[in-house]
Amino acid sequence: MKNFQIIRALSSNSAVSSIAKESSAAFIAGGTNLVDLMKKNVVAPDKLIDINGIDLKKIEFLTGKVTIGALAKNSQVAEDEVIKEKFPLLVLALAAGASQQIRHMATVGGNMLQRTRCSYFYNTDMPCNKRVPKSGCGAIGGSNRMHAIFGASDSCIAVHPSDMCIALAALDAKVFVEGPKGKREIKFTDFHRLPGNTPEKDNTLENKEIITSIEIPNNNFTKNSHYLKVRDRTSYAFALVSVAVGLEIKNNIINEARLAMGGVAHKPWRLLEAEQFLKGKPVSEATFKQAATLAMKGARSYGDNDFKLTLGPNAITEALTIAAAK
Amino acid sequence: MAEKRKINSKVVEEESNSSRRDFIKKSSLLTAFALAPPSIVLASENKWDEKIAEYLETVPLSIEVNGIKHNLNVEPRTTLLDLLREQLQLTGTKKGCDHGQCGACTVHVDGTRILSCLSLASMQQNVQVTTIEGLSKGKKLHPMQEAFIKNDGFQCGYCTPGQIMSGIACIKEGHANSREEIREYMSGNICRCGAYHNIVDAITEVKEGGKAL
Repeated sequence: MKNFQIIRALSSNSAVSSIAKESSAAFIAGGTNLVDLMKKNVVAPDKLIDINGIDLKKIEFLTGKVTIGALAKNSQVAEDEVIKEKFPLLVLALAAGASQQIRHMATVGGNMLQRTRCSYFYNTDMPCNKRVPKSGCGAIGGSNRMHAIFGASDSCIAVHPSDMCIALAALDAKVFVEGPKGKREIKFTDFHRLPGNTPEKDNTLENKEIITSIEIPNNNFTKNSHYLKVRDRTSYAFALVSVAVGLEIKNNIINEARLAMGGVAHKPWRLLEAEQFLKGKPVSEATFKQAATLAMKGARSYGDNDFKLTLGPNAITEALTIAAAK
Repeated sequence: MAEKRKINSKVVEEESNSSRRDFIKKSSLLTAFALAPPSIVLASENKWDEKIAEYLETVPLSIEVNGIKHNLNVEPRTTLLDLLREQLQLTGTKKGCDHGQCGACTVHVDGTRILSCLSLASMQQNVQVTTIEGLSKGKKLHPMQEAFIKNDGFQCGYCTPGQIMSGIACIKEGHANSREEIREYMSGNICRCGAYHNIVDAITEVKEGGKAL
């Protein structure tokens, strides 16, 4: 690893002004992804700004919503008793990600900013438009078993790796950020982006901005929600396909539905058309299968990941069935 | 140097780790000398480059490891794992993958299990670290160490320090209530020998034994 300077910031304001002065600086919180990327020489900042001293770890329950500080640890959120009661979908998704050691280190903000685990992005001997713009994509025509089936481009078919973010997209969360130009909020589903011609940009965070918190509105999905993650081993592996489901069911009729998929796109993939279809329909296998078919419209595979075209709808049907039966 | 240890009434005779490590160090040094021109040999023999670099590029660090306070200087890029192994000579904590995928480097920082390979030492200001070396009280092994021996919770032993540190935390966190829960919450510790069944036995036994950890 290249050596670098390290400084500590004690407020989000000072963190932003420290980074604004540097051309090659990065914030570090849990470091579980950044340190790994630095060891592999995928990124090589000259300076790290340690933001762990900033007071952004609180989980606060307000009227109709919860706000979670960007520096709250993944395990802290997953084991919060009120979060467990009000947002079981988020807890299931968090518990499905990484290992307990990593969840103790990783923060909510860092989880959102983790980079793809595409093997071409990680291997500095291979072309990758995300790592080196205009260098080409090794995964298209290469080994692409883990890769996208929705929203990919000729530049990049990598997928977003987080589980937590799939649940947050389904739950209509918001992201609060602070930068040299002040504070603003971003809809969670607008935070991550599709690759287009600029896959080097994972999200819509502007230069030198820092995430300060996220907000999740209360919901009626506490009873019937589920996070299904299909992976190569039972635990501690990235998703081949994952599905976050939240259902509000009354008298066997679906009043409201939320559906999002992971492991299939460059961002958490909301299934709005399938959600719309489910509203007002009875709970039944036929309903769920039709929703799954609708959800897969526009899917395209790249060879090694052809199986996702079958695994995807099956996972959606299974997740809906489990959620409805709770 | 041979060393005798008494474990569960069995006398285990083993070659001490230090002699093997010394041998590797010495033989690599001799190879380096044979291949390098004399001026570089002189510089490297006196570690001039390292001393200059150390002065320019280190940050001060106060850290407590297994109850002993250290005031050190570390490069910002030094991981907690390398600090433990290379600077403090605590080689019980193992470097498996060095990329957060295997759990062999698991240690406790302020009582929480974390991966030392993905932690920068320079960010561990004033923390208390516990490694596998800090578990036993004198010659009395920690209950989890005893349970791993009794249940044969290892084969080659390389992942064992990480497994033991993780197993203790797993119980303390309250995630050892069933075999399934133990397997899920121990999934960050990979064992290539496949001793998982016996590892779960060992953790279950300690949990059910109810001893203070």
